[in-house]
Amino acid sequence: MTYATTVRLALAAAVAALVATTGCRLDARDDYLGDKDPKQFNLGHTASPAEIAAVNIDVSPDGAGLPAGSGTPEQGAAVFAGACASCHGANGEGKPPAYPQLIGGPKTFDFASDYKIPRTIGNYWPYATTLYDYIRRAMPLTAPGSLTSEQTYAVTAYLLQREGIIPANTTLDAKALAAIQMPAKSHFVLDDRRGSIGGKNVR
Amino acid sequence: MTEKPISRRMLIAGAAAAAGGVLLTNLPAEAQQKAAAVPPPVVPADPTKVPGAPTTAVGSRSPFVNPQRAPVGEITGTALSPLQDFTGTITPSDLHFTRIHAGIPTIDPAKHTLLVHGLVDRPIEFSVEDLKRFPAVTRTHFIECSGNGRAAYRTPKPAMTPQQVDGMTSNSEWTGVPIMTLLNEAGVKKEAKWFLAEGGDACLLSRSVPMTKARDDALIVYAQNGEPLRPEQGFPIRLLLPGYEGNMNVKWLRRIKLGTDPFMTRWETSKYTDPLPGEKIRMFSFEMDAKSIITSPSYPQKLSGPGWWPVSGIAWSGRGRIQRVDISTNGGKTWVEAELLSPLTPKVHTRFQYMWQWDGNESMLMSRAVDDTGYVQPTMAQLEAVRGPGTDYHFNSIRAWRVARDGTVTFEAAT
Repeated sequence: MTYATTVRLALAAAVAALVATTGCRLDARDDYLGDKDPKQFNLGHTASPAEIAAVNIDVSPDGAGLPAGSGTPEQGAAVFAGACASCHGANGEGKPPAYPQLIGGPKTFDFASDYKIPRTIGNYWPYATTLYDYIRRAMPLTAPGSLTSEQTYAVTAYLLQREGIIPANTTLDAKALAAIQMPAKSHFVLDDRRGSIGGKNVR
Repeated sequence: MTEKPISRRMLIAGAAAAAGGVLLTNLPAEAQQKAAAVPPPVVPADPTKVPGAPTTAVGSRSPFVNPQRAPVGEITGTALSPLQDFTGTITPSDLHFTRIHAGIPTIDPAKHTLLVHGLVDRPIEFSVEDLKRFPAVTRTHFIECSGNGRAAYRTPKPAMTPQQVDGMTSNSEWTGVPIMTLLNEAGVKKEAKWFLAEGGDACLLSRSVPMTKARDDALIVYAQNGEPLRPEQGFPIRLLLPGYEGNMNVKWLRRIKLGTDPFMTRWETSKYTDPLPGEKIRMFSFEMDAKSIITSPSYPQKLSGPGWWPVSGIAWSGRGRIQRVDISTNGGKTWVEAELLSPLTPKVHTRFQYMWQWDGNESMLMSRAVDDTGYVQPTMAQLEAVRGPGTDYHFNSIRAWRVARDGTVTFEAAT
């Protein structure tokens, strides 16, 4: 490489850097593909139904994703005592901040008045399906994924019953879980800070 | 835990880590005692008169420099980044803050895959090597945990360092693939409005992200500051949503599922939501609003006397570029504009500096960021008036440092 070429390349790089830092475009990929790139690269392989099923574990508020099976609060009490109480306490009182209080929070939604108000399933969870989704994903902390579908329904039923959301004689299955209306749901609102763009509003 | 040589200048946070991750309370005295017990580095009387050390396979910091994160030592929790030890804007990768929910997984990159499915024409599974064959982009962005500043809000103390006040924000150069490149490969169905991002850690952490973000600037990254991601930053791949709260930048990413509605995971309902007056709870508060903090002078520095002192810090906005940073030395009575030292790209830590001539009187240093949407970083009083004392997450109020006549600097929460 000649000296002149080196200088020209260095200048080009400097100009490019200047454009990158002062211009509108960070790089040429404003449509995520360069002008000469193909629309598709045919990398990866088509996922098989089995590959998808192995990891497709999310549960939506409408109940989509919930497995077959069922459980009762009574069965769930035993599951809780064996798998949950060592961290969350015999009565779900928790050991904050590492292990949250699960149940027994006050019947208030005025959380903005005091950050110390415990946020529990009964006063701060908008969807009952999220309980199943989260327990199946993440609990118990030391052995995630170790509960069966039946056990997960049962412990979900137990927590909901302790919060007074379902009666003790409930048999919780996919349909029953998706039908539950949580006390906190009507209190959730979408982010309203978006209107502050361009203004000085504190939100 | 491996014991490393520790210099005399060892930081307070380092003492906390060495002490087993205890909470950072009343540490200066303890830290000093601990540091005094460690022998200083061996330095020749004249380094020009003896040969130095040979080269090494992996570099290390000077024995005089020992920045440390402040880990809580649990598998759920944080390790705060030592903001006071940084200059410029890039956070060294090994000091990037960490927030984990079920430990840091060990993942074999040869076995790790990313599944893209749901409302797509063709579900695809990518290997990490597949991802590296797509055209790459490199972008610099901050990541800030939306819980950053919680301790400074709820339990403020004069003896708080920038690390303890705001150590859950960090800034890196990231390399990876725009998520739309991958989604185009799979073919996005028209009705897809949200996607679920799921991590491969022991809690399968998952968040819902609007497709508008995918079409804007979302990336799937495999490198940080020129090398593969660190395990605690999501090795081998993580989601990067520039400007969005840290929790959404899902690490150890294993699955993207497109759907019509948000999936309502635990991390976007019972956590990472903001209580508001009127019995309301704000959800999907994704963007991190403009914020800044002076990192020097700060606790536990002590100014040696009147004269010129650089007031230096970082400012950032999840909504765009930092347009201006104002500095006050009198508790907000008057403001002057600081110099911005780094390129003004969107959603980055921007370094600011103001040369201050200290007259030796008690002073109150403050910084106030303004971003290119016109948003002005609020005072704590303004924020609290709107959100209530029980506010949680998005603690972006103005931070202040009180400088006493003897030069000691302490944190002042009320602004």
